[in-house]
Amino acid sequence: MNEANLRIAVVEADRDRALMIVDSLRDAGAHDVTVIGDATGLARRLEDISPDVVLIEISNPNRDVLEEVALASAPTERPVAMFVDKSDSQMTRAAIEAGVSAYVVDGLRKERIKPVLDAAIVRFQLFARMRVELETTKAALAERKVIDRAKGLLMKARGLSEEEAYALLRKTAMDQSRKVSDVAHALVTAADLLG
Amino acid sequence: MNLDRIDCGFVPLVDCAPLVVARELGFAAEEGIDLHLHPQPSWSAIRDKLLFGELQAAHMLSVLPVVMSMGLGAATDRIDALSVLSANGDVIGVAPELADRMHQVGVDRNTDPATGVGRALIAAASGPLRVGVPFPFSMHAELLYYWLSSLGLEAPRDLNVRTVPPSNMAEAIAAGEVDAFCVGEPWGSVAVDKGDAEIVLPGSAIWQFAPEKVLAVRHDWAEAERPMALRLIRAMWRAARWLGEAENRLTVSDLLAQPEYLGRPSELIDRALSGRLVLAKNGRPTRLGNFVEFYDCAATFPWRSQAHWIASRWAARAGADREEAVAVGRAAFRTDLYRAALQDIGVDVPGASEKVEGALSVRTEVASAKGEMFLGPDRFFDGKVFDPAETGTRH
Repeated sequence: MNEANLRIAVVEADRDRALMIVDSLRDAGAHDVTVIGDATGLARRLEDISPDVVLIEISNPNRDVLEEVALASAPTERPVAMFVDKSDSQMTRAAIEAGVSAYVVDGLRKERIKPVLDAAIVRFQLFARMRVELETTKAALAERKVIDRAKGLLMKARGLSEEEAYALLRKTAMDQSRKVSDVAHALVTAADLLG
Repeated sequence: MNLDRIDCGFVPLVDCAPLVVARELGFAAEEGIDLHLHPQPSWSAIRDKLLFGELQAAHMLSVLPVVMSMGLGAATDRIDALSVLSANGDVIGVAPELADRMHQVGVDRNTDPATGVGRALIAAASGPLRVGVPFPFSMHAELLYYWLSSLGLEAPRDLNVRTVPPSNMAEAIAAGEVDAFCVGEPWGSVAVDKGDAEIVLPGSAIWQFAPEKVLAVRHDWAEAERPMALRLIRAMWRAARWLGEAENRLTVSDLLAQPEYLGRPSELIDRALSGRLVLAKNGRPTRLGNFVEFYDCAATFPWRSQAHWIASRWAARAGADREEAVAVGRAAFRTDLYRAALQDIGVDVPGASEKVEGALSVRTEVASAKGEMFLGPDRFFDGKVFDPAETGTRH
């Protein structure tokens, strides 16, 4: 095996994400990267590939299967351990915060793993940011819907225009130092209860 | 009052109940602790977050602090068990076709259930038996190895124990990846309801009083934050006592059913709590003895003899130095902190830190600080006893 070439296995079920990870790893150097999308028989797949490094999202429940690989006891098997750099705990922490964990074979030098893990950390940080953005957008959308329903209720019950209904919601919120969406929520819930 | 925050990880299982009760019923707050509970997707995740300080405490497999302290596994450090959160609670399930073959072979009812079911299982299996467990370092794996090797199966030749995340257990058995599993609730019942498995035995039929989950912290944390560790032990003990009251059972199922904990129907959760499990799809609930215990019979006491048992089994399996393994393993079960925490508030604690495991077949009164302590039946199915005094180092 070429000294510069690391055999890397990426355990990731989402195809688009997997491709993005592979791209980042290739940018970090020419590596031999295999994606394992389907986690059934994961331990066996890893045995076949015999990777130097395994990358897996921290929240993936299949991480526990890797523990079995870490226990490899037969002479032909290569023990792996989670990559923890005691001299650079910041990097380990960054990996955990980004949500990625790396398992590496015994004896692999730290300098060879660092660029790979750095690239993975950057990529996973991006995923985490995308997720937060997506959740924020979703929450904002849900909030809009509730406010629209509350406005509709007020318009119907009190014969207000849309603008007047919103103004009333906002005034009530300000008077009670609450968020407009909270007041809207309360109104919608009350209306649902009253039928 | 200002509360001290503790971030504690848990895996959404029925036996995380003491942590949920400690938070929701205010037992943690009574000790000045603001207990934040964080669900975790895997035992590896819980371990790593505990190691790197994102969590100060964790719901953990009883085997893990012992083996981590021994230096086994993908990430290791000295981890302490402050108290036991639950005893027993696992089920052995098999694929429906295998269950049918077992019925054809016939289960001998004239012997103990573990022997009868085990022999039928071995006779019905074609080729090596593949059994899924949630984690290699777990009581699930220990019970399986103990049970089936005692009945003559040799690992890994006839017995292949492999890791399957509990949430995938039903799928793994349906896909033919494994023939059987040993898993904690509610996952056994989930597999039964899907028609993917039949429960053939509770873990308690193999060992009547096996420590299942513990409250784990980093050793250096326990030393540096000793007063906090003692408060945590007291909060968990009070939560366990509350859990031990039969009339609270339905409240517990409802609490655990909440989306932030298990997010599963309370009926499903109540099967484990009541010890009345549905063994096969559309079957009637069947009462299983000693199914899970949170409080009674000193269930929360971290017996050093149990850590000793775990350490000596793993030392043999991993080819580690037995004496050393046993010394660090035993030290991981903090009977000293447990006593210090509970004696202050007048709770009765066992007089000894270790016992002969497997010696009691009935509820028995034992020596304790106040003389009001009973221990429950703790036999191994094969009648053997484990005497830590005869097997090596004592501490």
